[in-house]
Amino acid sequence: MAELELKNLYDNFRDGKTLQAYAKIIAEDAAKLGRTINIMEVCGGHTHSIMKYGIPQLMPENINFIHGPGCPVCIMPKERIDHAYVLAQQPDVILVTLGDMIKVPGSNGSLQDARAKGADVRFVYSPMECLKIAEENPDKKVIFFAIGFETTTPMTAVLLDQVIKMGIDNILFHINHVTVPEVMVELIDSRDEHVDSYNNQIDAFLGPSHVSVISGSKIYEKFPKEYGRPVVVSGFEPVDVMEGISMIVKQFVEKRCELEVQYKRVVTREGNLNAQKLIDTYFDKVDLFRWRGLGNVPKSGLKLKDAYAKYDAEVRYKEVLPLAEIEDHKLCICGDILRGMAKPPECTIFGTACKPTTPIGSCMVSSEGACAAYYKYGNLI
Amino acid sequence: MGTRNGEKMTKTITIAHGNGGEENNELITNIFYKHFKNDILSKSEDAAVLDVPPESIVMTTDSFTVSPLFFPGGDIGKLAVCGTCNDIAMMGAKPKYLTCSVIIEEGFSTRELEKIVRSMKKELEINGAMIVSGDTKVIPKGSVDKLFINTTGIGEIMQPDISAHNLKEGMRVIVSRDIGRHGAAIFAAREGITLESSLETDCASLYPQVKALIDAGVEIMAMRDATRGGVAAVLNEWAKASEVCIEIEEEKIPVSEEVRGICEMLGFEAVNFANEGTFVLAISAEDEPKAIEVLQQFNTDATVIGTVTHQHEGKVILNSSWGTKRFLDLPTGELLPRIC
Repeated sequence: MAELELKNLYDNFRDGKTLQAYAKIIAEDAAKLGRTINIMEVCGGHTHSIMKYGIPQLMPENINFIHGPGCPVCIMPKERIDHAYVLAQQPDVILVTLGDMIKVPGSNGSLQDARAKGADVRFVYSPMECLKIAEENPDKKVIFFAIGFETTTPMTAVLLDQVIKMGIDNILFHINHVTVPEVMVELIDSRDEHVDSYNNQIDAFLGPSHVSVISGSKIYEKFPKEYGRPVVVSGFEPVDVMEGISMIVKQFVEKRCELEVQYKRVVTREGNLNAQKLIDTYFDKVDLFRWRGLGNVPKSGLKLKDAYAKYDAEVRYKEVLPLAEIEDHKLCICGDILRGMAKPPECTIFGTACKPTTPIGSCMVSSEGACAAYYKYGNLI
Repeated sequence: MGTRNGEKMTKTITIAHGNGGEENNELITNIFYKHFKNDILSKSEDAAVLDVPPESIVMTTDSFTVSPLFFPGGDIGKLAVCGTCNDIAMMGAKPKYLTCSVIIEEGFSTRELEKIVRSMKKELEINGAMIVSGDTKVIPKGSVDKLFINTTGIGEIMQPDISAHNLKEGMRVIVSRDIGRHGAAIFAAREGITLESSLETDCASLYPQVKALIDAGVEIMAMRDATRGGVAAVLNEWAKASEVCIEIEEEKIPVSEEVRGICEMLGFEAVNFANEGTFVLAISAEDEPKAIEVLQQFNTDATVIGTVTHQHEGKVILNSSWGTKRFLDLPTGELLPRIC
């Protein structure tokens, strides 16, 4: 039997003819609707794919994308980035985080700036690298600044599991994990009196790929049932996205409102139960997590359970961590963009004061943010 | 304790090897002169006396600080000669004379230094160039990351007027081989990224390919090795300099399976990865068959990837096989993997 190669995972999902065939199906179905359908892709990975592969250019005029809040770097409020910055500058601390988190500016600068000032800041591809760093630096504290949605949470849980089992005492955690369904509810049915979510334009959701591998598709069941929004869980490749959209459009044509899974090759209803168990072992939901651009969202973030407080950098370094919330720039309209009430080019500072090199708002900070994706790929549309 | 010329050096380089005195001479004689030996260098004057043509020459300089120093398919020494010689070759010139200045961290392994110097020698031979002047500094531990090398080079022009400003509508854009290998190999070898891969850098001297193109009568309009910033950077610089649009057919860009795999896993694009032995060429449509024939003798992946147009002046457009287009912009900031 031939070995499975990486290319098997994407080769057939970028085929030009297949994409064009889906474009035709979507156009024919959309023509029967007589209205505009606004589809929110929740996940930053989808935003990136949609812009990179030029999917909006394949859409009929009445199918519109709203780019959701699913980029873990973008939604991190400045005060939490300041936490990372302050922790990195503590004596004998090595601050470890994932990928492009290190370039996001807080109020004093980014982790890259902290590194330039002499702080030991490292980025890893896998959180398990922390074990090696901690072993090589027994006199230092390794603080893992954990970020991401349900996709990356299990990796943090596995690391903590190992730290406890191996009796390692120089790895700590700063937890910034967030969850998808809670923020989806916030977007369509906010209980925050300052937020006018009744004007949101979201008609349907394209459900995240990798989050759903962990959590299972069951986490979206309430959206068609209780909120009247169809959800189609779809993969990240362009053929996946096009098939997912065609399934959504079909639901509207056939007047259905359901949860469907396009990404069947990896997503099940139940998800990865082992990963879920591990998360439940170590994490509790926080009452409120503040999302950059959206504000406080109930039960949308995780923290370490009290029993593991000794591994919690937020507890251990409580005295030095700044508490005040920091608001985004007055002109920034990321909150409206995330609710589908505006597109990036409608923002007065888009591409002028706010660029990927000097981001002001949350959607510009990572390549998965809507503004950054528009800036990079979008101006041909 | 000092050692005499011809005797074995100490195992590591010490501050004394940069003192300008006896140990300094030992280092120079036993390692650098030994491998770089030529009539001009042997004279050991304060400056080299060079025989250069009366008309224009080309000159370039580059510093090399790569980490790790040894990587699959090359090392900093090979890179230091290829880098400077390739910049000369890209101007349609033959690399002739190089200087070599090294800054060594105290405690660096003498054997590794010699290994690096040996790779430099091998690469100089491929280019038919020589080191005519050099400098060595040893500085205290911690003030430099192991070893930095600067090389400056002079070349004799074989085909004049190659320039980023020469692109005109209808010209063809060619890459000399599959792209992104050096950046992907270095990234995979970096600390914190545990990837097992058989990927080797493309690091190589380009002079032989340039000479073959010129000998075959190809009129080179623009030529640049796609180092930092990758092919995307070269194309953007050309589009701006010549005030034209470069339209690339995304499917035609040659990328090896290994590089594609690393890009997929980490969320990168091969067009942004550095290369050290891959160049981009612009030529007239008439010269296309000739150029491809020559380049494919060196690497069968050499191919036309795009055409010069006026659709969006100053911009590079990537056309997909399903009829969509997007701008290919310059990468910004440090290359960092995407998170999800």
